Amino acid sequence: MTGKTSKQAMYLRMITASVARRKSRMLIALLAVVVGATILSGLVTIYYDIPRQMGMEFRNYGANMILVPADSTQGGMTRESIDEAASHIRSDELVGVSPYHYENLTINATPMVAAGTDLEAVRATSPYWYVEGAWPSKPGEVLVGLQEAETFSLKVGDKVTITYTVTGDDGRDAIEENPVEFTVSGLLDTGGSEEKYFFISQEDMESLTGKELTYNVAELSIQANAERLQEIADDISSSVPTVSPQVVKRLTTSESTVLTKLQALVLLVTIVVLALTMICVATTMTAVVTERRKEIGLRKALGASDRSIMMEFMGEGLLQGAIGGLFGAGLGFAFAQLVSTNVFNSSITFRPILVPITVLAALLVTGLACTIPVRNATNVDPALVLKGE
Amino acid sequence: MSLLEMKNVYKTYGDLNALDDVSINIEAGEWVAIMGPSGSGKSTAMNIIGCMDKPTSGQVLLDGQDISKLSRRELTEIRRDKIGLIFQQFHLISYLTAVENVMVAQYYHSLPDEAEAMEALERVGLADRAKHLPSQLSGGEQQRVCVARALINHPEIILADEPTGNLDEKNERIVLDLFRQLHAEGTTLVVVTHDAEVGATAQRVITLEYGKVTSEDGDISFGKGSSAIK
Repeated sequence: MTGKTSKQAMYLRMITASVARRKSRMLIALLAVVVGATILSGLVTIYYDIPRQMGMEFRNYGANMILVPADSTQGGMTRESIDEAASHIRSDELVGVSPYHYENLTINATPMVAAGTDLEAVRATSPYWYVEGAWPSKPGEVLVGLQEAETFSLKVGDKVTITYTVTGDDGRDAIEENPVEFTVSGLLDTGGSEEKYFFISQEDMESLTGKELTYNVAELSIQANAERLQEIADDISSSVPTVSPQVVKRLTTSESTVLTKLQALVLLVTIVVLALTMICVATTMTAVVTERRKEIGLRKALGASDRSIMMEFMGEGLLQGAIGGLFGAGLGFAFAQLVSTNVFNSSITFRPILVPITVLAALLVTGLACTIPVRNATNVDPALVLKGE
Repeated sequence: MSLLEMKNVYKTYGDLNALDDVSINIEAGEWVAIMGPSGSGKSTAMNIIGCMDKPTSGQVLLDGQDISKLSRRELTEIRRDKIGLIFQQFHLISYLTAVENVMVAQYYHSLPDEAEAMEALERVGLADRAKHLPSQLSGGEQQRVCVARALINHPEIILADEPTGNLDEKNERIVLDLFRQLHAEGTTLVVVTHDAEVGATAQRVITLEYGKVTSEDGDISFGKGSSAIK
């Protein structure tokens, strides 16, 4: 047999007994808190993960930064200067770098433009490119833009002779011609200007032109928001004088706009859900107080002060808030994972900090929701218990 | 000095005088029954003695202290420290065990002491039912828990409102025997009852009718089972 019990121990014993032994009564309020906390925890997880998810999603729409020569009169950029510029980007941010060397060439004396590039890197920077056939995988293969394929009546598997013409100083007189036969490995369908070009590997371009390549442009795909991109651009500008970085505003602006709107929507839904949870808990607690008027009257008749009554009911509410918050934090992560897998096709990172945040938010919501019902509890007349109603 | 003195107490609800110039004296250690038909003012008197209501006018002295002018908070403190309550409907907290129900009274009074609460239950013959919830106890057992709760803080006065009203004959006898023991130990008991037999067990009977004291210690002749008492 135990002896004296502290007031706090008895307080906890009473509120836990009330929650544990009146399960059916408490279930609705608890369910409301669990649902609210689940959605809160889930949406906050998504809220914080959206920039990453959206960033990844937007990387599918191509490069968000380009490098061009700082002074175009001095010719193109060297591979070294491009690599140096890329070294200013963290490896976890850099998705890919595709340098392009454009050259005017001919097919049967008809002029066209071909780009020599790192085809592997292009696949990373421009994942939206749709290739009918296959990407060039060995020397002598060419990827042809759809418009050019129509102009030259080319299809996958066709052979085509591409000629590089060395011109004189005035740029008009052909001094020497270097024809090379290529096989069309694939046709490029992007719906954009890329369809007007031929794409070959850097090595093929070098052997065709017989000179070391410099690049007219390099496309960079970076997983970062608009501010970070500008920061990187400024950094490259000041450290690599031969290149001029430019943020692709069209992409970064729409990414920021979509992001802001999505986050605002998530925030709004969270607030609405919390408000609904609060209403549900407040309604349930009001019903609980009404249902337990006799018990409140009895406690007051036994000498409970208004403060004690408020503390007991608030304690019950907060206990439910804590239990609901804990369940909600776990279920919220599962909910966020489900949404992320279905919407963004990728998994989400668990953030342990969200557990205490969810519990605190659940405590705050239940605490606020209980305020009015608990105040009403103190208005119960202790004489009620003597009336035998 | 009397333990409880009501001097010219009036309690008015609109035009109705629930108590009309009531003066009662109860000595320490006395066992008093307050009787009367419905609407006689018994419950109003009980509320005022139990510090759950205040008179419209008049004086109520408990242990020499005028409680008629005290605030709601001060009345709560008096109720907690000096009064033990027993109800017709038992009013046990449904989700607490018998021993926890007794400890609730200790909790509001001072410090809960499970051993002492168990002793109180033992005294009413319910030590073996201490861990049972009220729903697992019979009416008589519930009322005995209620008695244990009322006496746990050693109150100066025990107020019982129709304590046997919901009990069968056997349990009525058990509860009245407990009252006899408490009285023998010097506890002051005030029992409000309809039941003449219960009233007859008291030392003194105060009869109320239409809010007035119509007799003290006299014969009573109302309600069912009316009988002469001392």
